[in-house]
Parts: sequence; C-alpha cells; structure tokens
Amino acid sequence: MRDHPDYSLSRRDILVSGAAGIAATSMTEGAAVAGTSRPPDAPPAAAVAFKVNGKARKLSLDTRTTLLDALREHLKLTGTKKGCDHGQCGACTVIVNGQRINSCLSLAVQHEGDAIVTIEGLGTPDKLHPMQAAFIRHDGYQCGYCTPGQICSAVAMLDEIARGVPSHAQVDITANPEATSGEIRERMSGNLCRCGAYSNIAEAVAEIAGSRA
Amino acid sequence: MRAFTYERAKTPAQAAAAVAGTQGAKFLAGGTNLLDLMKLEIETPTHLVDVQDLGLDRIERGTDGGLRIGALVTNSALATDARVRRDYGVLARAIVAGASGQLRNKATTAGNLLQRTRCPYFYDTNQPCNKRRAGSGCAAIGGFSRQLGVIGTSDQCIATYPGDMAVAMRVLDATVETVKADGTTRTIPIADFHRLPGDDPQRDTNIERGELITAVTLPPPLEGVHVYRKVRDRASYAFALVSVAAVIHKDGAGRVAFGGVAPKPWRVEAAEPALREGAKPVAAQMFAGATPRHDNRFKILLAERALASVLAEIKEG
Repeated sequence: MRDHPDYSLSRRDILVSGAAGIAATSMTEGAAVAGTSRPPDAPPAAAVAFKVNGKARKLSLDTRTTLLDALREHLKLTGTKKGCDHGQCGACTVIVNGQRINSCLSLAVQHEGDAIVTIEGLGTPDKLHPMQAAFIRHDGYQCGYCTPGQICSAVAMLDEIARGVPSHAQVDITANPEATSGEIRERMSGNLCRCGAYSNIAEAVAEIAGSRA
Repeated sequence: MRAFTYERAKTPAQAAAAVAGTQGAKFLAGGTNLLDLMKLEIETPTHLVDVQDLGLDRIERGTDGGLRIGALVTNSALATDARVRRDYGVLARAIVAGASGQLRNKATTAGNLLQRTRCPYFYDTNQPCNKRRAGSGCAAIGGFSRQLGVIGTSDQCIATYPGDMAVAMRVLDATVETVKADGTTRTIPIADFHRLPGDDPQRDTNIERGELITAVTLPPPLEGVHVYRKVRDRASYAFALVSVAAVIHKDGAGRVAFGGVAPKPWRVEAAEPALREGAKPVAAQMFAGATPRHDNRFKILLAERALASVLAEIKEG
C-alpha cells in the first residue's frame, strides 16, 4: 500500500493491491525472460506532456497506453472508470480541450499539449461541482461506477448545447438547440448506466440545465 | 494490443510517405474505430502516423459555391457548421444520427469514411471471417444476420458499411481528395470510394496503401427538402437497420440513398426518376437482385416503407 498512502484500508485498497500484484507478477516474468530491467525488445515508449486538472504532467509511456490508462494507472486518478474499454459505455468520459471524449479510445501520446479535465478536476468532496451536487440531490446513481463519466459528459454536453452543437433530437437542425428533456436524453446516450438510474440522472442534469426532466 | 512505434507527421505528403514507406504502418486520426480494432488485435499496425498536426481541420467555401471539408474536421464540427446545417441538411442530420456525442467529438471526416465495413462476426475473433482472415470462411452467412447486408454482398462477406455520414455524402455527390507518397493528388467520387466485397472482402475502399485523404468536397447546395431517416433497434447510439438519405424537390423528383443494407452507401441513380411515383417502384429497382437471408429479409420492405414515410412527410410539408 506504500504506493497509495492517501487511502485508508478499503475495498478499493484490496482491488488496487490485487491489480498491483498482477502487474508485479508480469514484470517479474518479463525481466526473467529478458534478463535486464529494459530488455532490447521492450515495447516502444514515447514521452508525452499534457495538463491534467490544471497541473502539468510529463510521462514516458508504452505507446499503447490509452489516455484512460495513463490517468488511472500512471497518474493514479482513478475517478475516471474503465467500463467496456471499447467506447460503448461512456464510463471513461473526460473533457479534453473543452470537449468530452471516450478516454479509452484515445492514445495518451495523441494528447501532447492538451488540457484534460477529469472528475477530480471538476469538484472535490469539500467543493462539489454543481453537477455533482445535483447527482447527489437526485440520487442519480446506484452503484456509482458510471457516475464520473456521466457527470463529465453532462457538464460538457450542456456546454455543447450552449455552443449550438446540433443533435438528432432537434426537429429543426438549423435552430439553436435547447436543453429539453428529449435533448438531454439523446445527448447522453453515450453514457450507459447498468443500474438503470436514468430517470434520476436526467433530473439531475435537467436541474443544472434549468429545464424539466 | 500489439506494440507499435508512433510518429506525428507535419505535412500531408510526409504522412503519406511515412505510411507508404513503412511496412505495417497506418494513419491515425481520431482513432475511434482503429484503436477499438487494435485492442482486439483485428488491426495490428506496427507503426502509427498521427495526422492531427496537418492543418486539415478547416471547412472552406469552394470556388464553385460548394464546400471543401478538411479531412480532420470532426463529426461534431461538421454538423455544427452553419453552412452545413443550412445548405446540406441531409449531411448534418446523418452525422448527428450516428455514434454518441463523445465519439462525434473525436471522429474525423476522413476517419469516418475509412471506418471498417464490418459485422459482429468480424469482431468475434473466435469465428471465421473472410474480411479478417482471407479464406477462413464467413460465419455471418448462416449466422444471425438481422443487422447485415441484403444487396451488394458476396458469398464471401455480407457485412454492411455502418456509417451514416457517407450515405448523405453519396446523395450529395461528394468527392474525396487524396495525396500519395510521391505528392500526386487525385479525386475519387464518393460512389467509387467504397468497394463491394466480391472475392476480396478485406479491402473496404479503393484507396491505396499510403494514400491520405486530405478533404471531402461537396458540390453547390442541392435545392429541395433534405432528410435523413434512421431506423434502428433502439432510439439512439445504434447502427441503422435501414437509413434513408434523401433530397426531394417540390415536384417529387430528387435523390435517395440507403444505409444499413449494403457494403457501401446504396444509391441507384436509374431508380430516382421513379421517385415521383412513390416509394414502391424506387425500392423495387434499388433492391432488384437482392440476396437477403432469413433474418434480414425484412430490410427490403423496411427500406421501402421508410422511404414512403419520408416522401409522405415531405408531401405534407
């Protein structure tokens, strides 16, 4: 647990130590085969520098590392979740240069110079983002696993409406969109909730948008 | 995912040369389809050439009054452009009918055209698939084919081109501009861009190795009502069972293409004069020679009825 001094012993600790155990095992095997700490056939690595939640970060990563894994495994920002890892569930949604994306379908090295905001950057337990507070008020979750992605997505989605990004829910594609219930539901379709807390999620988002769910 | 080296190209010609000159190299734009397939080791590039710095992210007015869309313009940016929404409504509507908000923010115009023509058996590496591994067979033929192609398919592959944007571009007669490693450029009519599988289902498009898409151009706006109607198993974030892209004039004449039915956007220009007579004769001509399977036979009638619904709605104003 020395890698994670901030955590008290919890279910999360056990999960983290389990994952670290697996990583340590595979590293040992790799070293045993190659006989050095950096075998000549080590996978290609690349350096990348970006800002995460306002803080400059520099990493040297296996080129295969997704932005999601860079955030979770290398920067220990585990608020962003890995659900399907194939861009189908939205649990990994983060905001890059003001736009929401699936961090699982993006390589970390593609983000040189980018400004990334994760759930940890939106609010803190002491100073919640209004969207976080609305999710709590409306009970917009059950297990909570999809919640960070839902909240990052919702915050960026309302900004998209404000910027006039159109959606499938619009009757008139040339009109400026409004944050109606139908619009919110259509625009949040990239975020799945297996607990089915959708109606409460929609109410939380609608409250912040100033509309009725 | 297999290991790969990575570089960011500075010019289109340099990017094309880097891919053409490196065995196993591929272009990387938004990555939303490529990385997904790399994780499954269906795509196994050994080198990625990131094209995000090429400055191909602008939408410009063409000298003929059309639009020139840079290859790296995102789906979101393209659908949001005021000229696209006003003058090419079928395109804006098709884009927002596809994928999710997160994916549209990352997916690019060129990448959307180059997304793989695919089916669930292509993704399932435990199943035979001629597109994934030449000569291994097709699990889709005789498998569950509800989502799959009814026309333009072959006895090697019945996958559909799943995109929406290209169906609208087909109706608009868009052209695809490319550059090759030697710096030569060419334009490919969208009609000739995607291939039918025939005996070579591994090749989805007529683009050559190391050939980079630089732009998609749209001719001057088409008068008429622009419609994109997508019929799918759920209301959002699903591929089309059938989609209809149409531009219809007041007098009933116009153009139509279907998505979700074939390995490429399906348009038959010779059927379009029949649009004045309604959906039935148009669909009859467009689906002549169709080879549906048990599970997807419904698509032909669904396509006719979706078109009938579109035409009725336009007539009612």
